[in-house]
Amino acid sequence: MSTTRRDFLTAAGAVAAQNAARAQDHDHEHQAVPSDPALRVKALESLLVEKGLVDPAALDAIVDKFEHKVGPRDGARVVARAWVDPAYKKRLLTDAPSAIAELGYTSGQGEHMLVVENGPKVHSLVVCTLCSCYPWTLLGLPPVWYKSFAYRSRAVIDPRGVLRELGTAVGDDVEVHVWDSTAELRYFVLPERPAGTEHLSEDELAALVTRDAMVGVSKVAPPGAKV
Amino acid sequence: MNGVHDMGGFQDMGPLQHEKNEPVFHTAWEGRVYAINTCLRAIGKWNLDASRQQNELLPPADYFRMTYYERWLWFNEQLLVKHGLVTPSELATAKPDRGSAKAVPVLTAAAAARSLGRGIPSSHDPRVPPQFKVGQRVRARNINPTGHTRLPRYARGRVGNIERDHGVYTFPDTNAHFLGEKRQHVYSVRFSARELWGERASARDCVHLDMWDDYLEHA
Repeated sequence: MSTTRRDFLTAAGAVAAQNAARAQDHDHEHQAVPSDPALRVKALESLLVEKGLVDPAALDAIVDKFEHKVGPRDGARVVARAWVDPAYKKRLLTDAPSAIAELGYTSGQGEHMLVVENGPKVHSLVVCTLCSCYPWTLLGLPPVWYKSFAYRSRAVIDPRGVLRELGTAVGDDVEVHVWDSTAELRYFVLPERPAGTEHLSEDELAALVTRDAMVGVSKVAPPGAKV
Repeated sequence: MNGVHDMGGFQDMGPLQHEKNEPVFHTAWEGRVYAINTCLRAIGKWNLDASRQQNELLPPADYFRMTYYERWLWFNEQLLVKHGLVTPSELATAKPDRGSAKAVPVLTAAAAARSLGRGIPSSHDPRVPPQFKVGQRVRARNINPTGHTRLPRYARGRVGNIERDHGVYTFPDTNAHFLGEKRQHVYSVRFSARELWGERASARDCVHLDMWDDYLEHA
């Protein structure tokens, strides 16, 4: 982890940490001190393997899958298909689990996925204020900003400010819809197809689609646009 | 529990930090913690709601100080001891106690590679009738449970409209504490931004939350 990120998280938590100091005072025995998580994790893994609770090859497989096999490219393929095939788009918006299964994506939290469409009148974005729920099946694991206190707290009370801060312009005449993932439904945003892409192939379209657009905090830029 | 994890509406958490080309895991140990969490849950001693509940039990100062995966490490250690899979001395020494039984891992490498791990399934069980209908005005109940809940504080007491019935789900408030699944309907409820945040919010904006029957009353 970068020093910058830790400094930021520490600073962001400082005020609340002061407020919580009282709770901490009489809770010393429960206080966890993450002096060196790398060493703690290594020790825990070796204990769990020795006790037969965890297979290290299964750990390798899980890490490999999230580092190399699933991720935003999967979501981008779904978006590109919906842009070129109106019948597919209709299925995606009415029964997302079946529609994504057509492209080979099943299992995990995607079984309860809902797709919401962004357009000129409505702009949707997704958040989990309580933890870090995210459409893993199509996007892999969430980025740090999605799990950050800043995003989790402000996306619901000031979504337009959050979008502005991330460089996304949304007009006053557009409805902003925030989807707080409080249950087991996982929300995925179908971004608006940018103008000037009529001549592009499905693969070329998929290459334009970003993770952030599928969470709803940005739009898909036309080809050649400066991002 | 009214805890700091219930973040919707705080305004003092600083600017967003958006990292370009972010890696999936920033260090190798983050990936190991993630994977250990998956393998341990597969053993079946606790459910996803119980994991979330344990994460929420972290003292607030620690919740703010720790990074995301440091919190995951902490709650998995706690659950291991709480459910008797590991003793405190084993956790402290990283060695099995003398004479402790050796288990067989539940999640194999082949199964781990095949599946992403499951969420909590829904169903369309006709024996569980919905308490509300699409289109109805509802109020999120003003409840303050001291255990786990998925009803954020910012929505309690507020009035919204049911837009969709998602079907039947396990109720986290009981499931997290092993008090039964108490299966019931979950709805997408739309609240206007002004109902939630007052007149300064945009009249055009709204927030959708997913809510169980037990979180709602007629309005």
